[in-house]
Amino acid sequence: MLRKLTLAALLAGAAALPGHAAEGTAHIHDVDFSFEGPFGTYDKMQLQRGLQVYTEVCAACHGLKFVPLRTLADPGGPELPEDQVRAYAGQFEIFDEELDDFRPRLETDHFPESSMENAPDLSLMTKARAGFHGPLGTGLNQLFNGIGGPEYMVNILTSYTGEEKEQAGTLFYGNTAFPGGWIAMPPPLSDDLVEYADGHDADAHHLAEDVTAFLMWTAEPKMMARKEAGFTAVIFLVMLSVLLYLTNKRLWAPYKAAARKAKAAADTPAE
Amino acid sequence: MSGIPHDHYEPKTGIEKWVESRLPIIGLIYGTIMIPTPRNLNWMWIWGIVLAFCLGLQIVTGIVLVMHYTPHVDLAFASVEHIMRDVNGGHMLRYLHANGASLFFVAVYLHIFRGLFYGSYKAPREITWIIGMLIYLCMMGTAFMGYVLPWGQMSFWGATVITGLFGAIPWIGPDLQTWLLGGPAVGNATLNRFFSLHYLLPFVIAGLVIVHIWAFHSTGNNNPSGVPVRTTDKEVVKKDTLPFWPYFVIKDLFALAVVLVVFFAIVGFMPNYLGHPDNYIEANPLATPAHIVPEWYFLPFYAILRCFTADVWVVQFASWISFGIIDAKFFGVLAMFGAIIVMALVPWLDTSSVRSGRYRPMFKGFFYVFCLDFVVLTWAGAMPAEGIYPIIALIGSTYWFAYFLVILPLLGIFETPLPQVATVEEDFNDHYGKAKASKTGPKPVPTPAE
Repeated sequence: MLRKLTLAALLAGAAALPGHAAEGTAHIHDVDFSFEGPFGTYDKMQLQRGLQVYTEVCAACHGLKFVPLRTLADPGGPELPEDQVRAYAGQFEIFDEELDDFRPRLETDHFPESSMENAPDLSLMTKARAGFHGPLGTGLNQLFNGIGGPEYMVNILTSYTGEEKEQAGTLFYGNTAFPGGWIAMPPPLSDDLVEYADGHDADAHHLAEDVTAFLMWTAEPKMMARKEAGFTAVIFLVMLSVLLYLTNKRLWAPYKAAARKAKAAADTPAE
Repeated sequence: MSGIPHDHYEPKTGIEKWVESRLPIIGLIYGTIMIPTPRNLNWMWIWGIVLAFCLGLQIVTGIVLVMHYTPHVDLAFASVEHIMRDVNGGHMLRYLHANGASLFFVAVYLHIFRGLFYGSYKAPREITWIIGMLIYLCMMGTAFMGYVLPWGQMSFWGATVITGLFGAIPWIGPDLQTWLLGGPAVGNATLNRFFSLHYLLPFVIAGLVIVHIWAFHSTGNNNPSGVPVRTTDKEVVKKDTLPFWPYFVIKDLFALAVVLVVFFAIVGFMPNYLGHPDNYIEANPLATPAHIVPEWYFLPFYAILRCFTADVWVVQFASWISFGIIDAKFFGVLAMFGAIIVMALVPWLDTSSVRSGRYRPMFKGFFYVFCLDFVVLTWAGAMPAEGIYPIIALIGSTYWFAYFLVILPLLGIFETPLPQVATVEEDFNDHYGKAKASKTGPKPVPTPAE
C-alpha cells in the first residue's frame, strides 16, 4: 500500500509542476495583502483608495478596457453607491457611433483604454505577471506564497533607484524589480501624491499597495464569490465523502468478514 | 456483452417485454452495470470513473462556455473576459473547464501507469489498450486546441511552436503546416478551425470511450493479481467477482468525491496555479514571450522533443544515414511521436507471460524508475533549454525508449517471476486475512507446505 501511495504521490507531484520558468532574476519581496489565502477578502476601503490612486495617477496613461464601470458598485468590489458610479463614469468621454459624436460614458460602458501606445492595459496586469518562481522549477514557492502578481506590481512601483539613462532616444529609469533593471515608465508615485478623504497614510508604499489591491480586483472581480463557492463545494463534498465511505464500508463488510474467515479456515488445517 | 457467465436481464412487466422485444436497451444497460467485477480491485482502479466524470464535466461546461465565446482574433480574448465578468457564474464555468483539463490528465496518467504496472495491456486486452491510447491522443489534441481559444500570448505562441513541428517533416512539411493553419501563420483561420475541432473531438472521445468499455467488458476487468477470473460456471464466477452495481459504483463514487474535494479546493482557492500568467496577456504576433512553455501535461513529451539537438550522436547518425533528410528538428518530432507509439505497442514489446507487476521482482524496480523518469521529464520540460537541463532531458528520454524497447522485451527472458496466487478469490481472502492478522497481534508463523 505504501508503495502504491508513493507511486501516486510521484505522479501527483508531476501534476503540481506548473510550467513557470524563471523570468529575470529581480528580487520580489512578499507583501501581506488582505485578499490572500482561502479566507482572504478584499478590503472595500482599500479598493476605493486604490481607485482614487488609479484615477488620479495611472489613468493618465493606462487603461482598464475590460472592466465595465458598473461593476464598481458590485458586491465584493469597491461597492461605490450607484449615483457615485454614474458620476464617476460621466467624467470620461466615449465616441458613440450612433450619435457620430462624443458623449459622457454611462455606467454600462467600460473604463477608457490606454491613452499611450506603450502603456499596457492594466485590467489583468496582476494576473499576467508572476512575482514568485521556483525553487528549481518545482512551483512550490507559488503553491505557498501565491503566483505573486500583486507583489510584483508593488515592487515595480516602489523599487526605483533614482538613476536614469537614455537609449535610442528613450529615457529609461533604474528599477531593481523590473527584469533587466531598466523600465520606460517614470516613477509614478511619491509620498502624499494623492490626498485620501479618510485621512489614511498616503506615503508612496501605501499608495502602491492600495492601487495594487484595486488592480487585483479589476483582474479578479469575482474572487469573493469564487472562494465562497469553493468553500461550499469543499464542505459538501467532504460530507458526501464521509457518507459514501460509510456506505461503502457497510456494503463490503459481509464480503470482507467472509474473506477473513475463509483465510483463517485455509490456514488452520495446515497446522 | 461480457464473456463472463452471469445472470442476464429478464423482462418481467408488460412494458419491459414490449421495449425489450423491439430494442434490447434495458438488457444492454443491465448487462453493463451488473458486469461481474473482480473482488480484489484496489484503489488504483477508480480512475476510470474520475475520467468519465471529467469528460462529462468538460462537455457540459464547454457547451455553456461556447454560448458566450467569440472565435475571432480581435474578439476572443475580450469574450473570455466577458465570460469572467458579465456571464452569471461564468468565472466558475471557465475555471472548472480550465482546471478540469488538468484533472483529466492527472487521472489519465494515473490510469495509464496503473495499466502499465498491472499488465492491463496484455492479452486479451490489447484492443482496450490501443483504444485507450487513441483516446489519450484525442485528449492531447483537444487540450492543445482548447488552450489556443482564449487567444493569450501562450495560446498564440504555443500554437505557433506546435504547428511548426509539422513544418519539420521533409518535403511536405511546409505545405502541411500551411494547410493546418489555414494560412502562412497562426491567425483567424487557425483560431476558427481549432474552435471547430475542439468542439468535435470530445464527442469522438465519448465514442471511443464506449468502445473502450465495450472492449474490456468483453474480456472482463484485469485485477491486481493479474490472474483471470474463473469462468467455468456462474457459481465459480460469483466466488471471484461481485456485480459492478452497487459494490464498485459506491466504491468509485467515494473515491471520486475525495478527488473532487481537492479539485474544488484548487478551483475555489488557486484557479490560476496550473496556468501561465502570460496567457492573461492578449496574443501579440510581434512580441515573443521569453519562455514558451506548454501546459504541464505536455511537458514530458516537450522535453523529449527538445532534447535531441544537433550535437547528439544519434541525431548526427540519423542525419548521416538519411543523407541529411532527418535533421535535429525532424528527429525531435519523430522522438516525441515515437514516445507515444512505443507506449501504444507495449502489448507486443512486453514478453513476460506474467501479467501483474506484483509478481515480477525485476520489473518492479525498472517500473518505479520509469515513474520517476516521467516526473523528471515533466520537470525538465518546464526548465529553459540551457545548461544541464537538456542533458537531464536526454537521459530521461533515453530511459523512456529503453524501458519499452530494451528492458520490457528482455525482462520476459531473464526474469524469474514470483509464485502467483491461484485465484482472484484467494487474493481477496489473503488481503483481508492478512490485514486482520497484522492488526490483532504477531503474525502467525508461516507453516511450510510440506
